[in-house]
Amino acid sequence: MAVKPLLSVPREVKAGVPFEVRILIQHPMETGFRRDAVGGVIARDIIHTFECSVEGEEVFAARLEPAIAANPYLAFSARLERSGTMLLRWVDDHGVEAQERVDIRVV
Amino acid sequence: MSTSAWCRALVLLLAALPAAAQERRSGYDDAGPQVRAMQDDDMANPAFLWVRQGEALWERRVGEAGKSCADCHGAVSEMRGVAARFPEFDAARGRVVTLEQRVNLCRTDFQGAPALAPESDALLGIMAVVGLQSRGMPVAVEVSGAAAEAVARGEAFFRLRQGQLNLSCAQCHDQLAGQSLAGSRIPQGHPNGYPIYRLEWQGMGSLHRRLRACLVGVRAEPLGRDDALLGDLELYLAARAAGLKVETPGVRP
Repeated sequence: MAVKPLLSVPREVKAGVPFEVRILIQHPMETGFRRDAVGGVIARDIIHTFECSVEGEEVFAARLEPAIAANPYLAFSARLERSGTMLLRWVDDHGVEAQERVDIRVV
Repeated sequence: MSTSAWCRALVLLLAALPAAAQERRSGYDDAGPQVRAMQDDDMANPAFLWVRQGEALWERRVGEAGKSCADCHGAVSEMRGVAARFPEFDAARGRVVTLEQRVNLCRTDFQGAPALAPESDALLGIMAVVGLQSRGMPVAVEVSGAAAEAVARGEAFFRLRQGQLNLSCAQCHDQLAGQSLAGSRIPQGHPNGYPIYRLEWQGMGSLHRRLRACLVGVRAEPLGRDDALLGDLELYLAARAAGLKVETPGVRP
C-alpha cells in the first residue's frame, strides 16, 4: 500500500522570506549490501533522486546514497517571489516515480 | 530519639530506597535528544506513516461481512482510552487479550476477514492509530479480580532467570535500569509507546517483537505470539507502567 508522505509546506508565504519544506517518505532504502537467508544479495532499492521545483524552476535537489536510513526525512529552505505550484518529485531504483504538488500563495 | 535509633532508621530507609527511589521513567526519558525530538514532532516521526495507513484501513470495508472498523466503532477518535486499558483479561476466553489480538479477533469474528499478519504494516497501522487516540492518557489496566492471577504469572515470568545468560527481565530493567549496557542507557522497559518506530529496526514493531528480541538476547526461548503467557507478561508490564502517559506511536533508538 503506497502511503502518501508526511509533507509540511506552508500554503501562504511572504514574498522573499525563507520558509521550510519538510518531507518524510516511506521507503525501505534497501542498501544493496545485505544478503537474504540463503545468501543471495538483496537488490539495491533506494530513492536516488529527489527534486523540488516551483513552476519549472528548481529550488532544491538531492542525490541520495545507500547509507541513508529507511523512510528518509528531508528538510530544506526555499523562498518565493510569486505564487505558484511546488512540485516535489522522487525516483527509486525500481523506477517508481512519485510526486506531490502544493499550491503556495505569496501574500 | 537516640543516635543508634537514628542509625537504625537510616539503615531501614536506605534499604527501602532501591524500590522507592526508582520512579517510573518512560523509555522516552532515557532516549537521546534527537530521538526525543523525532517523537515530539508528528511530522518528523516516521511512525505517522503507519498512522496514516491505519486511518485509511479503519474506514475500509473488508471480509464477508463487508464491514469496516468504523461501521461498528464509529470514528477512530471514539477509541480514546482503549489502548490505555489494554491488554485486558477476557473472562469469556479465560485469558489476557492484547490489543493486537483484539484487532484480529474483530476481523475473524465480526468482519469475516482473515487475521492480519503479525508485524504487517496493516496491523501495526491499526494499532498505531488506535493507540494514538489514547496519547497523553495514563496507562491504567485492570489488575483486580480474574486479572490478578494473570498479572502474578506475568510478574513471575519477569523475575524468572532464563536463557543461556541466566538473566531475568527484572535484573536489567528493575535493578540496573538507568545504567549502561554497551553505551546505551538501560530503560525501565515500559510498554507505553508501542507500537514503536525503532531506529535500529528502521521500521515499526510491536511489543511482541521487542520482547522477542529481549528473550533472544539472553538466549532464552522466545514466547510464541499466541502463548497465553505473552498476554500475562504484557499485562504485568502495563500494570508496572501504571500512571505513565501513553506515547503511542513512540520513537526509540
